Amino acid sequence: MQSDVTSFASLAPAYPELLMAVGAVVVLLLALFWKNVRPGVIAVVAIVLLLATLAVLVLQPASGVLFNGIVIVDGFARYMKALVLGAAAATVMISLSNSKEHGIDKFEYSVLVLLATLGMMIMVSANDLMSLYIGLELQSLALYVVAAMKREDPRAAEAGIKYFVLGALSSGMLLYGASLVYGFTGTTQLDQIVAAITLETRSIGLIFGMVFLLAGIAFKISAVPFHMWTPDVYEGAPTPVTAFFAAAPKVAAMALFIRVTTVSFGPITKDWQQIVIFLSIASMVLASFAAIGQDNLKRLLAYSSIGHVGFALVGLSAGTAVGVEGVAVYMAIYVAMTVGIFACVLALRTEDGRPVETITALAGLAQRKPFVAAIIAILMFSLIGLPPLAGFFAKWQVFLAAVEQNLFVLAVIGVLASAVSAFYYLRIIKVMYFDEPVAKFAAVPGELTAVMAGVGFLIVTYFFTVARPLTDAAHAAAGSLF
Amino acid sequence: MIQAIVFLPLVGALIAGLLGRVIGHRTSEYITTGLLIIAAVLSWVVFAQYWLAPAAAEGAHGAATKVEVFRWITSGALDLRWVLRVDTLTAVMLVVVTTVSSLVHVYSIGYMSDDPHRARFFSYLSLFTFAMLMLVTADNFLQMFFGWEGVGLASYLLIGFWYKKPSANAAAMKAFVVNRVGDFGFVLGIFAAFMVLGQLDFDSAFHAVPEHADATMRFLSWDLHAMTVVCLLLFMGAMGKSAQFLLHTWLPDAMEGPTPVSALIHAATMVTAGVFMVARLSPLFEASDIAMMVVMLVGAMTAFFAATVGLVQNDIKRVIAYSTCSQLGYMFVALGAGAYSVGIFHLFTHAFFKALLFLGAGSVIHAMHHEQDMRNMGGLRHKIPVTYWMMIIGTLALTGVGIPGTPLGFAGFFSKDGIIEVAYAAGASTGYIAFWALVISAMFTSFYSWRLIHLTFHGKPREANHGHDAHAAHDDHGHGHGSAYDNAHESPNVMLVPLYILAAGAVLAGVVFNDVFFGHAEHIEHFFQGSLVVSADLLDAAHHVPWQVKWSATGAMLIGFVAAFQMYIRDTEAPRRLAHANPGLYLFLLNKWYFDELYDRIFVKPALWLGNALWKGFDDQLIDKALTEGLGARVKAITGRVVKLQSGYLYHYAFAMLIGIAALLTWAIAAGGLLG
Repeated sequence: MQSDVTSFASLAPAYPELLMAVGAVVVLLLALFWKNVRPGVIAVVAIVLLLATLAVLVLQPASGVLFNGIVIVDGFARYMKALVLGAAAATVMISLSNSKEHGIDKFEYSVLVLLATLGMMIMVSANDLMSLYIGLELQSLALYVVAAMKREDPRAAEAGIKYFVLGALSSGMLLYGASLVYGFTGTTQLDQIVAAITLETRSIGLIFGMVFLLAGIAFKISAVPFHMWTPDVYEGAPTPVTAFFAAAPKVAAMALFIRVTTVSFGPITKDWQQIVIFLSIASMVLASFAAIGQDNLKRLLAYSSIGHVGFALVGLSAGTAVGVEGVAVYMAIYVAMTVGIFACVLALRTEDGRPVETITALAGLAQRKPFVAAIIAILMFSLIGLPPLAGFFAKWQVFLAAVEQNLFVLAVIGVLASAVSAFYYLRIIKVMYFDEPVAKFAAVPGELTAVMAGVGFLIVTYFFTVARPLTDAAHAAAGSLF
Repeated sequence: MIQAIVFLPLVGALIAGLLGRVIGHRTSEYITTGLLIIAAVLSWVVFAQYWLAPAAAEGAHGAATKVEVFRWITSGALDLRWVLRVDTLTAVMLVVVTTVSSLVHVYSIGYMSDDPHRARFFSYLSLFTFAMLMLVTADNFLQMFFGWEGVGLASYLLIGFWYKKPSANAAAMKAFVVNRVGDFGFVLGIFAAFMVLGQLDFDSAFHAVPEHADATMRFLSWDLHAMTVVCLLLFMGAMGKSAQFLLHTWLPDAMEGPTPVSALIHAATMVTAGVFMVARLSPLFEASDIAMMVVMLVGAMTAFFAATVGLVQNDIKRVIAYSTCSQLGYMFVALGAGAYSVGIFHLFTHAFFKALLFLGAGSVIHAMHHEQDMRNMGGLRHKIPVTYWMMIIGTLALTGVGIPGTPLGFAGFFSKDGIIEVAYAAGASTGYIAFWALVISAMFTSFYSWRLIHLTFHGKPREANHGHDAHAAHDDHGHGHGSAYDNAHESPNVMLVPLYILAAGAVLAGVVFNDVFFGHAEHIEHFFQGSLVVSADLLDAAHHVPWQVKWSATGAMLIGFVAAFQMYIRDTEAPRRLAHANPGLYLFLLNKWYFDELYDRIFVKPALWLGNALWKGFDDQLIDKALTEGLGARVKAITGRVVKLQSGYLYHYAFAMLIGIAALLTWAIAAGGLLG
């Protein structure tokens, strides 16, 4: 087969990935040969690299299909990659000040995050079942290791093992589905699968393959019933790692989910629609109820993220460009809220330096740390979806897309689940504001304050500041898929 | 000019209400009162234009001066504008409202001088005046309803002005609730009028009446005469506001408010809103004989009922309140007979002498340090002579003293006798029933009015602790130093001057304006310029009733006077003997025909029971316990189960994933065709 890469310039669409790949290796070598360098410095270098990649991505908007069609760079891919890079950079940044106590003050952590990010970028750009799998595994393998990074902590080890075993199971499902799809369509390239489906009548085998494929990806976005790993891993992994898990990989997997469903299986939309609806309802409802029973903040946030994936899937359920646009906006806002809330969690330490991980420990936070409490309250209200905060507009857009497609039952269930979820979000506010303070808290690092303030500002002023450009970008992104 | 009349009181109300604390009580009083006096002077100017030179003030016959303030509602076929309408009827009302209101403002400066919330009081008074002016200048049903509700609100606020007094709060609430009943009818009436006539502004609606005169409307399975339905519903509103029989119960209780309020709202202006409304809508009412009959009978019944109750009341203000109720009944009889101008005439004269009586009573109460029970008064003539003479003038006007056939008489004489003659002239059985009811009421009116005078001003002071020998026996009444009688003093000039002006009105209003209200039909028509319906035949018949009819009211008045003189001056034990001889009748009257008890049993108790049941049963049990707490409990139960799913065992998780994919596969394959 003739390569379509004829010159360096023709690689332009892949510059960000190339930069990331080379950069990750360079950072690794740098850390190995530069003796006695502090891991914090490497982390800063990693952040710089992530931001540089983001800059290349934004400033050099080249599109195209590369490497004989296994990679595609379009508006959607760029939008999602920007989110991934931003989320990765932000989560590394909020872990700078507290990496030691979480046992991730090793340069490998930064390198693994970079490699995982590279994997996500490949996932987002995948245009072939093979590149899809490669990206997924690159990301997953890096994450398995990161989850168990704090080796002396049995909880972290348990989380790593659980994640690895279940991840392997889901990879198996994905591969099985991929092989079935290939078998029934004769191609592995996503945009050619669609042509094969249009030519033939849809077969049971193809549906079979599609369900397995989607199940494999659903594991990565932790949609119910493939979510079981999430609470345990979120709780067991060091908090900065959890923050990273909750943000960037979700975006990448969601992008993959969207691309596979809308591009490859466009003609059998009705078939995957029901699966998405099922996943969506199951995620929203189960997460709402399960989260109520949690006292551990990280477990609660795990269920919260499951619930939000369910809400985002409501948009995809519509199966329209408007729906995908809604999901794109939702993911952006979700990432911002996640970064913000984890910044708050990381900022809270007792006087003797132990991290605060339970809700009851937040008692009276409003008196001791009014700023952090206020930011948490804003984030909680936004997560509930109260207007005029950003979370409201996120939900509003996906529900609107569903209603436009007459998916009223789904929308109603979503709103009800949202109401139930208000319970546990509000409980946190109640504990912070109305309970008597018990513990004293250590000072909050400056960069976390900055992140909290920035996120809080964007969420509160969302409608006046970022809503328009964000919606336009999401609109363009969704448009490139349809 | 009309804008100034209407909106100056609003300006005053806003200034006194919002800035009262800043500018102080005295300034608030002067500002509101001053603005009101300006409005009153302007009103008289407007009125004079209509009275002295009707043709000059008007262009064509029947056209009213209209001033558009702004567009209000535009929705489909409905195009409502806020228009101030001025015609003769409005001009009459303007004069009544602003005159009495400004006098009451002035009077209140004295009467309320030691109240700590005077600014609020004056704000309410001006607000009321504004709403009342809005009502009388209305050019469409909705605008009238705005004023209607506005006066209701102001009335509520003023009755409950002494909000620390539980009885005042209860009375305010009662007035509001009872009025809601009437307002409900009024609103339905407006809806029905819009449905039938398709118009909400008066001129268009009146124009549309002839073509819909025989229209019917279907309600459930009945075909009802549309105009009758409309008029009866509207009249229901009038009954509520004008305290007519069945909806009268709030008016006596409203006396809990400060006395100037009673004079302004519950005698001269607001309670006459119903009368004004029927007169304003006279073209509608003319289209329904049944409605007219009902108006007349309700009026006659009210006049009679309230007069009987007034006979035995002991609270000085309540006697006048029932008297007001009774006189309103007179007005409705005139309206029901079709002599709208006569009804308005009585409204006009009544405003003067009833306000005079109320303010006079206020002066008595002021002098007696807020003693209102007439049984504790007596002999006040020498203590407060000016008030005494003013009250005498008011009583002479109310009882209708005059010589039939001559232009000699007090204000009430002309208007009340006019109504009695009209009722007789209206003929038919209803007319005669009304006639006799009114004549008997006239007798009662005379009796209770003179009884009030005798008990209050004549005889010996009966105050409980007056005199040393009585002191021991009535120790529980002891107020300490000296008695209220001994300390009684004449009111200051600021309170007396309004009385003089009102007294002048009570003497002269009848003789001066008799011609244009109840003179020759042509004169009346010329005066009113079509702002209400004038029936020449009826007026002609009323002027030619037999002499016995003309003298009947005067005769009844004399009988009442003599009876009162006999029972309260010559033989003061007579009332007691009479009450003992007929305990049933006495208690029946004293307890106002047991209406309050009846309503309590029929409406209040069941409503309380229902409210209690809804609160305890529906809200507490169903909503709070079953739904809210139940839901909460369910959520917690589900949460408990869901949390258990998360066992922590790896194989459970893997199993869940496999079950999940099996379920998804089954779903996708089995249900796949359903969506596609």
